[in-house]
Amino acid sequence: MNPLDIFTDYTLRTVSLGAALLGIVSGGLGSFALLRKQSLMGDAMSHAALPGIALAFLFTGSKAPLVLLLGAAIAGWLGTWFVMQVIRKTRVSQDSAMGIVLSVFFGLGLVLLTFIQKLPTASQAGLDKFLFGQAATLMEKDVITMAVLGLPALLLMGVFWKELKLLSFDREYGDTLGFAMQKMDLLLTAMLVVAIVIGLQTVGVVLMSAMVVAPAAAARQWTDRMGGMVVLASLFGAISGVSGAVLSATMENLPTGPTIVVVLSVVVFGSMIFAPRRGLLFNYVRSRRNSQRLQVRAVLEDLYMLSLQHAGEKRPHPVQTLRAMSWGHGGVERSLRELEERKWVTQLPGGWVLTTAGELQAQQHAGEEKS
Amino acid sequence: MTPQQFDIQLIASLSAVACALPGVFLVLRRMAMMSDAISHAILVGIVLAFFAVKDLSSPILLIAAAATGVLTVALVEMVSRTKLLKEDASMGIVFPVLFSIGVILISRYSGNIHLDTDSVLLGELALAPFDRLVIGGHDIGPLGAYTMGGAVLLNLAFIILFYKELKLSTFDPGLAAAIGFSPALLHYSHMALVSVTAVGAFDVVGSILVVALMVAPPASAYLLTDRLPVMILLASLFGIASAILGFWTAVVLDASIAGTMASWTGIIFLLVFLFAPDRGIVAMVLRRHRQRGDFALRMLVVHLLQHENEPNALDECRIDHLQDHFRWDQVFAGRIIKLGKRRGVLSTAGDKLVLQQDGRVLAQRAVSES
Repeated sequence: MNPLDIFTDYTLRTVSLGAALLGIVSGGLGSFALLRKQSLMGDAMSHAALPGIALAFLFTGSKAPLVLLLGAAIAGWLGTWFVMQVIRKTRVSQDSAMGIVLSVFFGLGLVLLTFIQKLPTASQAGLDKFLFGQAATLMEKDVITMAVLGLPALLLMGVFWKELKLLSFDREYGDTLGFAMQKMDLLLTAMLVVAIVIGLQTVGVVLMSAMVVAPAAAARQWTDRMGGMVVLASLFGAISGVSGAVLSATMENLPTGPTIVVVLSVVVFGSMIFAPRRGLLFNYVRSRRNSQRLQVRAVLEDLYMLSLQHAGEKRPHPVQTLRAMSWGHGGVERSLRELEERKWVTQLPGGWVLTTAGELQAQQHAGEEKS
Repeated sequence: MTPQQFDIQLIASLSAVACALPGVFLVLRRMAMMSDAISHAILVGIVLAFFAVKDLSSPILLIAAAATGVLTVALVEMVSRTKLLKEDASMGIVFPVLFSIGVILISRYSGNIHLDTDSVLLGELALAPFDRLVIGGHDIGPLGAYTMGGAVLLNLAFIILFYKELKLSTFDPGLAAAIGFSPALLHYSHMALVSVTAVGAFDVVGSILVVALMVAPPASAYLLTDRLPVMILLASLFGIASAILGFWTAVVLDASIAGTMASWTGIIFLLVFLFAPDRGIVAMVLRRHRQRGDFALRMLVVHLLQHENEPNALDECRIDHLQDHFRWDQVFAGRIIKLGKRRGVLSTAGDKLVLQQDGRVLAQRAVSES
């Protein structure tokens, strides 16, 4: 199949619609998870959801997406609740509590899955797609289920926008203003669980947490505003989700979850490097420019000092002297050329000398430093 | 018990101990999720090394995987040092990416060899006894037992050799650095051990069980003791118990051994969480109940002492007055009066409460203390 069939092929259109929906929901809600330092909590939640899927199937015998995802949501929420209880009631730290919930719930899920696989009923197959995700199996009813669960979560985010922002940035202030921060905390946790479970079929329990963290992490680099971050994260999530899902659905032996994660990682690391203001490249250029500006200034001041020591006599000084005075910071020749361009120094046969304009400039600098 | 069953339990127990030893320090240093990151990320090291040497039993795989583990830790730190992402977020991105690359490589290029995505998550403990170590034509036991036994010895040697340094840098990193122990060197040695152990156990029990064995038994032990050697011992014992109980549960249910072992580490943690003598939930609830009773009794005797020789004493010391005065309900008031009688600080005469000598002493002490 050709990735361009997305416009004509029915299956591909369903898959990309599902992946886009998933990216929008998980990117948007993930922004809050990232800011609240709950990135790893998503990992615990998604692993914890596995036994819920298996139990939902065992109890109802149904593989309807809504039933399985509700089971997943209950188990995911239970796992989160357990982490909270352990942190609150014992001295075991959050990371250990998450590690326990993640591995134990997942282990339990595997036990149930192997158990289900040995059941004599014919309809048991297909639950293992929840491990790594299989976008190609997405059907219309799956996408509808994702929308039924995900869109209300997004809507709630819009309705409680102000409260959720307060919760994420200054919970104490929110408390003093009289907002029910405790309830908001529960609501946000529940919304995060929803964001995770709707991705389980596409991305799988093992990697779903990255789908929550990564779009938000990329978006964070481009903006300092919450609204912008949520929109960007949804966009990144949708783009990566669709391209990963389509790639995986059109190529053989390319599991969906890992493919989406790799695409996402390109977006994240790209954002970290190229984003304006925060990005690594931008910062490198800025710090280099700053240090060059300081070097130029230092050379000018050195020349001024030399001229003072020679009682204002317009006498040229060789580059070697200036280099010795620069304490090995380097860039002396480049600085001299820049000063020459600004007509603050000129080159004479014996070396470099300040012009009158340069002297004025240096005096001004010296004045600035005294004040 | 067949020899195979014995071998499986032996390998599982050795894996549990090998994981518990570095796990204790992961839990104490609040880096438990590092085990999750490492146990996933090593996959890409194993796969790449396998493509290079085309031999699954080559020791190069082990070395490459362990190196990948340490590299993952360094990478997470590198990303979070840019200050563009917090540490949890950088971990939450770095290891899924490495793991994804590993999974993609396996599913695209390795065809149907031993490496497949299911065994990555689940391990192949049931097959471990058939992989024998043969030296000079003699079968001297299952290979897994030797690998994991080696891991136990390695971890044990590290802990014994650097016990003082590990202890100090775990409980007081500031002092450790001031005295001159290199925190970075210890940290990376610890991470290297976690990686090596994870690689060994990964083959046997899969990546998720590595996390369960490294975190849950030490965390359970942490709730039971304040002494490091006891914690290490308890964690190992809990690990072994999970291994053996897990094996037999798997036999009964005909389910994944790794899954049942992980479940048992969780059940043990849950039991400790509920019933630990000092820090357990039940002990905590009982303690709170007792403290509430003690406090209420002290209030009551102070109240009785206050009104003992006053004209309205008859009124104030009636049992049903307590409901107005303290807002205690009938049940609670009854409980406190019973507690007071048992301790001999008060007695009842009809519907009146009478303070005893012990009660006067208790009340006076309570008043003078405050």
